[in-house]
Amino acid sequence: MSTTVISHGAADHDSHDHHHHHETFLTKYVFSQDHKMIAKQFLITGIIMAVFAMVLSILFRIQIAWPDAEFPILEVFLGKWAEGGRIKPEFFLSLVTIHGTMMVFFVLTAGLSGTFSNLLIPYQIGARDMASPLMNMLSYWFFFVACIIMIASFFIESGPASAGWTIYPPLSAVPTAIAGSGLGMTLWLASMVLFIASQVLGGTNYVSTILNMRTKGMDLWKMPLTIWAFFLTAIVGLLSFPVLVSAVVLLIFDRSAGTSFYLSDLVVGGQILPNEGGSPILFQHLFWFLGHPEVYIVVMPALGLTSEVISTNARKPIFGYHAMVYSLVGITVLSFIVWGHHMFVTGMSPFLGGVFMITTLIIAVPSAVKAFNYIATLWRGNIRFTPAMMFAIGMVSFFVSGGVTGIFLGNAALDINLHDTYFVVAHFHLVMGSASIFGMLCGVYHWYPKMFGRMMDERLGYLHFWMTFIGAYLVFFPMHFMGIDGVPRRYYSFTDFPFMEKWVSVNILVTWAAIISALAQVAFLWNFFSSIWLGKRAPQNPWNSNTLEWTTPVEHFHGNWPGEIPEVHRWPYDYSKPGHDEDFIPQHIPYSQTMSSNHLHDFEGDEEAIRIQKAWNKENDREDVTFH
Amino acid sequence: MDKMMDSNEQLVQSRKAKKFNLWLGMIGMFMMFAALSSGFIVYTASGIDKGIKTILPYAFIYSTVAIVLSSAAMHLAYTAAKAGQLGRQKLMLLITIALGIVFFVSQINAWSTLIDRGIYFQNPNASQSFIYVFTWLHLMHIIAGLIVLLRCYMGAARPISTDKNQFRMEIATIFWHFLDLLWIYIYVFLLLNQ
Repeated sequence: MSTTVISHGAADHDSHDHHHHHETFLTKYVFSQDHKMIAKQFLITGIIMAVFAMVLSILFRIQIAWPDAEFPILEVFLGKWAEGGRIKPEFFLSLVTIHGTMMVFFVLTAGLSGTFSNLLIPYQIGARDMASPLMNMLSYWFFFVACIIMIASFFIESGPASAGWTIYPPLSAVPTAIAGSGLGMTLWLASMVLFIASQVLGGTNYVSTILNMRTKGMDLWKMPLTIWAFFLTAIVGLLSFPVLVSAVVLLIFDRSAGTSFYLSDLVVGGQILPNEGGSPILFQHLFWFLGHPEVYIVVMPALGLTSEVISTNARKPIFGYHAMVYSLVGITVLSFIVWGHHMFVTGMSPFLGGVFMITTLIIAVPSAVKAFNYIATLWRGNIRFTPAMMFAIGMVSFFVSGGVTGIFLGNAALDINLHDTYFVVAHFHLVMGSASIFGMLCGVYHWYPKMFGRMMDERLGYLHFWMTFIGAYLVFFPMHFMGIDGVPRRYYSFTDFPFMEKWVSVNILVTWAAIISALAQVAFLWNFFSSIWLGKRAPQNPWNSNTLEWTTPVEHFHGNWPGEIPEVHRWPYDYSKPGHDEDFIPQHIPYSQTMSSNHLHDFEGDEEAIRIQKAWNKENDREDVTFH
Repeated sequence: MDKMMDSNEQLVQSRKAKKFNLWLGMIGMFMMFAALSSGFIVYTASGIDKGIKTILPYAFIYSTVAIVLSSAAMHLAYTAAKAGQLGRQKLMLLITIALGIVFFVSQINAWSTLIDRGIYFQNPNASQSFIYVFTWLHLMHIIAGLIVLLRCYMGAARPISTDKNQFRMEIATIFWHFLDLLWIYIYVFLLLNQ
């Protein structure tokens, strides 16, 4: 009974039963169940996959820019896939396929949501860990094995899958179709099944943790926008990934059990295949029912992270918090009813195409709400251009410039011309590729001190930002013009066709830009890995931020807070509140400690509190502030 | 005392969250079958030569009876666990497991009926292949369910603490009922498209 009055300082953190575990190297760094360690595992694996996938893109860019030149060094590394120093057509297709798969799934889904949902959900809602730490650990290890299998497909005789990241049948369903349709495709499918298991385990956990484990006072409308974004992302994943499982199950049966879900009337190498009556369009429907929500799984966490970083570094409340949440909800709902816009040219009925066109164009509304709110948050802010802030603003730039072309592509009539051209490549590399990777990098720079207890080097950060930002635009912007001219994507050497010959010079520019911005990533990698040991020690709250993760000590231990979990009293965006002596008020500070800055509507109709505030105002000669 | 309160509260909170995880998982599982259903509908609508075009095997009716009975037994096992009657709980769990196995065998039997009629998995009319896929995927879940039930049984046989046993049973019961309802959904769906 007498123990009810304890001061919860850092000294007594041993009193918590969380710390009785004896940690070994294996349980701490490898099979860790601590959300912070799992987040770091996701991040580092994601970074390695990103580098791998980036190198693949440089390889195929070299082929596109110099289709006639020989690079003997390629043969040294790639052997028979680059005989005579020229990348083979089959291998080119593999490169494109695995680049897309790794970037979309392993980097921007697992690397982004996996890292930041794990890191920030328990921290920002005030929980000691995830709802099920075990599931969380499994989620990482499934992902890890998925990565290993995907990489392993480079070391087999017939090469990796090469049907494109969308693995449309029949290329993916007939093992004899092309080299990559054999074992490579099997490995792709095995990898993807494990990946989906990982995502469903992780996503379930995120949703459940957010709904069940919030600290006292953290009602839904006091959650940071990051948490809202992770929450809705996890819901989207939970509803769409199982659909891909079904699509893949049918595909596996077509490949190995001789069924005909997707196959019909095929002749391969002069042999008539027995499969009859299947419909490859069915696969496209099932695939894009996942595939379209997937692009929002990729971009929404980035939107959440940038909301937080922009507000913190503009030293202003986020503009239109509720609108931001509702637009995320809107995107979530709409993402499920637009998949047909990937299939306008599959012979879809024009009426159905019209329906998908309308739903697609409606998504522009919540997206534009977000873009305007970012700009309005920046407007007249007291902006601090930290590297994280630069990347956040860069993200907004890509989201806008890539989003605009979505309006072109969403039109069924225009899409007939633009479908499967470089215009599409330009569009999605800006709006979901670059925007999401910038969101992710923004998150890395901002939360690095929280993850590793050290600061990253700012100058290298700026160098990294400018080279990547300019590089990405130089790579993707010219592709719009190529697409309008009718240049098709995924072609091995399209400049051999006379009408596309003129694009050789542009290809060379794009490839050089890609190479230079790839080199810029070395600055990031050096900065990231060396700062783990050499970086300046981080203070507890380096950015003067409001959210709960910055109330935890710099040193990590399982359980996050040494004493009690702080209670939440206010929303996370009280930046530069007039009347307060500092330009931020963290979420756990009660209104009783900030009498000089309280607004009457802060009390949400609590008569007693309003009475006390009014009395205080009168006594201290302060006007009653309210926006009602 | 405070500490105990704290960890107790956290235990309740984490159990609530775990139970919630199960519900989310079930939504995910249902989505797989929803995807198959919509795939079936889209495929079947693609031509007049598509569709089930046969009477579903009688074995499906036996399966349905078996799984509904097993659900009832599971419910009794759960109430027994709540009342602390360990013996009864074990007996009812065994009955549930046995009925689960009957269900499994009956489904396989249904496949052999289909094969006897010349309706194979490899089929130019993939609507018929879909019957196999639906039942196969559901059986995969049944296997998972049986493992969960076995774990409950082993927990009750050891026995683990009452509190833990009840929580395990609660989770298992929800999941097993879900598998029951899922089968009924599949069966009704197939019947409506017969």
